[in-house]
Amino acid sequence: MSERLLLRCRDVPELRRLEVYRANGGYEATRKALAQTPESLVEMVKASNLRGRGGAGFPTGMKWGFLPKQQDRPVYLCVNADESEPGTFKDRVIIEEDPHQLLEGIIITAWAIRCHAAYIYIRGEFEYGTRVLEEAIAEARAAGFIGKNVLGSGFDLDVFVHRGAGAYICGEETGLIESLEGKRAYPRIKPPFPATHGLFASPTIVNNVETLACVPHIVLRGADWFRSIGPEKSPGPKLYCVSGHVVRPGVYELPMGTPLREIIYTHAGGIPNGRTLKGVIPGGASMPIFTPDEIDVPMDMDSVQKAGSFLGSAGIMVMDDTVCMVWTLLVLERFFHHESCGQCTPCREGTGWLHRVLEDLEYGGGKPSDVDLLLGISGNMMGTTICALSDAAAMPARAIVTKYRAEFEEHAALGRCPLRAPTDAPRLHAHA
Amino acid sequence: MPTLEIDGRKVEVPDGQTVMQAAERLGIEIPHYCWHPGLSIAGNCRMCLVDIEKSPKLQIACNTRVTEGMVVSTTSEKTRTAQKAVLELLLVNHPIDCPVCDQAGECKLQEYYMDYDRQRSRIALPDKVRKKKAKPIGPLVMLDQERCVLCSRCVRFCDEVTHTSELGFYSRGNHTELDVAPGKSLDNPYSGNVIDVCPVGALTSRDFRFRARVWYLERFDSVCGACANGCNIHIYQREDRIYRFQPRENQAVNQYWMCDAGRLSYHGLQGEGRLGQAFWRTDAGFEPAALPAAVRVAAGKLSDLAAAHGAGAIGILASAQAPNEELHLLRRLATRLEARLAGISWSPPDAYHDDFLIKADKNPNTKGLELQGITTGGGADDLLRDAAEGRLQALVLHRCDLTAWKGDAARAALETVPYLVVLDSDRRETTQFASVALPIGTYAESDGTFTNHAGRVQRFVRAVAPPGDARPGWQLLAQLLAALGGETAVESAARVFDALAAECPPFKGLSWDGLGDDGVLAGAR
Repeated sequence: MSERLLLRCRDVPELRRLEVYRANGGYEATRKALAQTPESLVEMVKASNLRGRGGAGFPTGMKWGFLPKQQDRPVYLCVNADESEPGTFKDRVIIEEDPHQLLEGIIITAWAIRCHAAYIYIRGEFEYGTRVLEEAIAEARAAGFIGKNVLGSGFDLDVFVHRGAGAYICGEETGLIESLEGKRAYPRIKPPFPATHGLFASPTIVNNVETLACVPHIVLRGADWFRSIGPEKSPGPKLYCVSGHVVRPGVYELPMGTPLREIIYTHAGGIPNGRTLKGVIPGGASMPIFTPDEIDVPMDMDSVQKAGSFLGSAGIMVMDDTVCMVWTLLVLERFFHHESCGQCTPCREGTGWLHRVLEDLEYGGGKPSDVDLLLGISGNMMGTTICALSDAAAMPARAIVTKYRAEFEEHAALGRCPLRAPTDAPRLHAHA
Repeated sequence: MPTLEIDGRKVEVPDGQTVMQAAERLGIEIPHYCWHPGLSIAGNCRMCLVDIEKSPKLQIACNTRVTEGMVVSTTSEKTRTAQKAVLELLLVNHPIDCPVCDQAGECKLQEYYMDYDRQRSRIALPDKVRKKKAKPIGPLVMLDQERCVLCSRCVRFCDEVTHTSELGFYSRGNHTELDVAPGKSLDNPYSGNVIDVCPVGALTSRDFRFRARVWYLERFDSVCGACANGCNIHIYQREDRIYRFQPRENQAVNQYWMCDAGRLSYHGLQGEGRLGQAFWRTDAGFEPAALPAAVRVAAGKLSDLAAAHGAGAIGILASAQAPNEELHLLRRLATRLEARLAGISWSPPDAYHDDFLIKADKNPNTKGLELQGITTGGGADDLLRDAAEGRLQALVLHRCDLTAWKGDAARAALETVPYLVVLDSDRRETTQFASVALPIGTYAESDGTFTNHAGRVQRFVRAVAPPGDARPGWQLLAQLLAALGGETAVESAARVFDALAAECPPFKGLSWDGLGDDGVLAGAR
């Protein structure tokens, strides 16, 4: 097992405290970065091939490079700590156990993009994480890493923590910006992009927690080192969140590109109770499912995409053979229905419709035509909206219905779930 | 100036234009709900998705800027599929209550369903999400949340045009509802515009609701007479009753909007007090008279008084309520009778006004009065004082609510002056003093022009017939002039306007036909 970087908190007790963090080499990266020009840092991150860990996998250095060269407005850094993709719990570990790693990433990034105010937009439910961050910021400010004249460099930086109020859509970068501005988190139409018109109509970079946590390591060890971990085009250490029917669920730091089978069976200890694997969602609730014969895939952005799904947030959800796939999709679509912001027609109406049809199939009242109806609705939701939530709801539906079609047809023929008593669960929609 | 191709037709457009605007240039309609030329781009309805070559995904025409060589299809299989899909999704939770919906007949859901969808519903009515219906959200506006397609036009109107932000969306997903902010009412001076921008039956007019099916209404181009701004409007009428005013686009005047006071001002044009026949004073009292006889009697008496007493014996008072054509004919009348002519432009003191559309001057033609050289200064007061002091033999009042405007000074004049001719659309206190009252139509009942506060001469056309014996003002004045002799009758307001343009310097170079839909600035050429 290789050295843990992002999860050094597992090896060093009390790493969240500044004195412990500094005693273990903390803030050396900051010191080193402040001695370099912002341009050279942007180039270094470009050369490292670091790609965003929030879900889309966009090259981080390239994103920073989109900021206008001439700026008459302040540049803002928004830290996306809204981690709300079901099955994802990696940023939470960094925030709660190693906040200074994140703060270092923020300070270095802010220096690189000439930003003097960073906002950490944190998921409202992370109350403990918020307290940890606030304490860490206070410590870092007292030690001169944040505030006026950081480490005597002449660079000023404020870092603010802003709690969300419980909406998945606030994790979408422009929804996050709207919410931070005090508005309803309706994702914005693009163009213009946040790099030119973001927070307060100013140039803005939105980066995920894990992405920023990679930055100090790149500064300390170099772009070549980072690029040497895993596949060259999507390299680096990676946090994988494994949940569901495995012996040891949890967050694992492994080189990017570790095979899915190895993650499930070696690191997470395989399927418990002598059961067999039925399906696994590799990248959080919004990504297409893999069947047991599709798991020999390296878990990096390009390989998973080639295999027909996405690495997404690396939320690996493992399901054994006791799981009803209609119920699984129902649970997913209930979530997307609840979280659709309601702005774009296809998502607003499509998520609710999928949810309703799935309730009928699972709890009673489903019809054979519903199976193709699910495919039809989700097909009409793909690629037709402002943000990716519609696709996020449609992709798992298309994959699960297609790959487990017989199960859906069985439900339709029986009029309910074969594994469930008809009165098992209250449905959200009253049935006609 | 990039050139692009839409549905096989090339068009060159200015830099920065969107595919939506370029298509409009070609007369190609790209269906849309949320896009409105007077509001910011929201891009949420997804109805305007079009197929653009080299773009893997469909793009929304409203927010896609034209680039050189772009090739767009609004009719490709992919576009058609998306249009059909979006319509089906819009209708999933729509109540389909067209039979009781006021918007029926001018509803974009109905129209696009017929144009782009036409498939049977795949969801049962009882399965639909229910929301509030018929909720009054302001003095003028009724909200039906179930019919709302959440396009946000009304929200953006209140945010961007009136800056009052009464409206917003609440809840999420398909439970999202349009509503007024808690404790607020949609009660701003322009609230009615949200009814116009609403593409469906979510926001309807409490004034117009259930009064007529729109397909029975006929629409005419006009100009609002409620203030000096001269907002361009459509008058909707049926069987000579006006049912509503709606704004008509004019970028130089009112863009796409009008105020609520103007919108409701049509009620004042067809109130109980309309003068539908001529009256004259006889020994038996104030009696109805046949119009031709009344005109003949008035002309004869005025002519006699002018001849007997000479120049300045007769006073004519013309109000800024009168269109340009009537003012022109009143000037001819003054010349013919050697009468003193004064103008009056009265507005209530402290009348509401703002820096947008609503002017403190509540007259549609004050500027026209000035441009024709009819003084609005002390001339009217002088006339009234001279009348009260017995120095005038006759007074002609044209569209003057004189007792309301001048109080006792008016009553003193009206009681004293030996002969009073009143030309008006309504029977008022002033009318009771008349020797002869001649009924004329409102501006909605006549062709004509007003000159707005900025000097823009704007045309309106007759939308409804005047009641009873009433005649358009220009026509009645022309009859009066003809009865005085020496004038040939004019046959149209257009002819009167062209005569005005030929004779009056500020109007020089203008012509009725040349005014077009948007009007022309007087004195601009």
